[in-house]
Amino acid sequence: MTADSGALRRTALYDAHLAQGARMVPFGGFEMPVQYTSILKEHDAVRNRAGLFDLSHMGQFALRGADVGTWAETLTVNTVANMKPGQARYNVFTNERGGAHDDVIFYRLDETRWLLVVNASNAEKMWDVVASARAGDVRLENLHGERALIAIQGPRSVEWLQPYVEHDLGAMKYYSCAETRVRGGAAVIVARTGYTGEDGFEIFLDAPEATGVWDLLLAENREGGLEPCGLGARDVLRLEAGMPLYGHEMDEEITPLQAGLGWAVKFDKPAFVGKDALAAQREAGDYARIVGLTMEGRVPARAGYSVLRDGARCGEIRSGSWGPSVGKNVATALVDAAAAEPGTALEVEVRGARHAASVAPLPFYKRPKR
Amino acid sequence: MAQSNVPEGLLYSKEHEWVRVEGDVATIGITDYAQASLGDIVYVELPRVGAALTQSASIGVVESVKAVSDVYTPVGGEVVGINDGLEGDPASVNRDPYGDGWFFSVRLADTSQLNDLLSPQQYEQLVAEA
Repeated sequence: MTADSGALRRTALYDAHLAQGARMVPFGGFEMPVQYTSILKEHDAVRNRAGLFDLSHMGQFALRGADVGTWAETLTVNTVANMKPGQARYNVFTNERGGAHDDVIFYRLDETRWLLVVNASNAEKMWDVVASARAGDVRLENLHGERALIAIQGPRSVEWLQPYVEHDLGAMKYYSCAETRVRGGAAVIVARTGYTGEDGFEIFLDAPEATGVWDLLLAENREGGLEPCGLGARDVLRLEAGMPLYGHEMDEEITPLQAGLGWAVKFDKPAFVGKDALAAQREAGDYARIVGLTMEGRVPARAGYSVLRDGARCGEIRSGSWGPSVGKNVATALVDAAAAEPGTALEVEVRGARHAASVAPLPFYKRPKR
Repeated sequence: MAQSNVPEGLLYSKEHEWVRVEGDVATIGITDYAQASLGDIVYVELPRVGAALTQSASIGVVESVKAVSDVYTPVGGEVVGINDGLEGDPASVNRDPYGDGWFFSVRLADTSQLNDLLSPQQYEQLVAEA
């Protein structure tokens, strides 16, 4: 952590972004590219070819020790200890009320070494959460800002990344990871994970290696249609794919059950932070929850707008955007249980006028089988 | 950002609108610089024909994929035309901000308001310093 928390940090790829004409914005304490050319063009590249993302702002913690799995299970809703080396798994760290500290991915590298990836905006908070809860044979190292993360996402990811990576990418399962080397010899972790709804990989590597990998991938595949993509396209892609964004679909007050992540909450685990509160919420069953909305007209819904049912307020928009792959404006909303059934007719209040919307099943977009 | 197109023959506002004056009717849109700054435009909310607009008032919004921005009218008057084509093709603002992507036209209430606007040279200067 830098002493001056007010100063924006830069990733190893900062100069590469400027060279590509990126528009930079502050995000999670870093200056990050929001777009290079056009959000719609970058979105199209990921859906139809592939896009390249700098995600080096995300928090990376190295976890080591014989007790990491059992220890982590006491702090999170999903199982960890039963993961096999080479597996990745989505999880949520919870507070005593069942609200979410952060949603994360655990990567198990071998019997005793793990990588934990947390959201950039929560990296400092999450370091406090894990460091203050440390127990048994668990060693923690905060790599935030020292390690880089490059993602390639889209149907041509295997084809375009394979020439630079020793490991057989096509043989990797979704949500698996491997330690391997890139051309030139640098050690990397490659994982078949992402946040776009497409096939793709995330490459974790030492910061000084990032520019070489980024420039090489772009130089050799730009003509084929590989595009550098910013956080703007990433947000539209994840929204269409029904993936929650911390601070929108989930936060310290919105629980994983409310966020539609009940599949990740393992009540048969003996104990974890927030289990009692989540069990009580599940039992009551009448909690407000995140739903998908499609807008009937051309007016986009935006975070914070009121949602109405039969003229009465029943919730609020949490994320909203034009959905290029859906052909409609799409949104998520936190609504009362009674308004959550797919097909329910609702209205969204936009600048004093009410616009028709309906509850849609999530995700809005599923990638075609190829 | 790439060099912005600032055509001759138009007047400009500091809020990045352009104004084309023909007789007592002013046609208004947003500049090339504005459309490039906003990014892909997905929705434009315009005033109604017949509405009386006050100079500098917020009279609608333009929405890109990520953001909502207010639109201010650089001159006051009665709305005499709106660009219906923007409903189905908001991207025309990105493609052709000074042509197909125009927003609305007003019958000028007070032609002296035109004196508040910038020449192409003054607007180029403003954009260069932005």
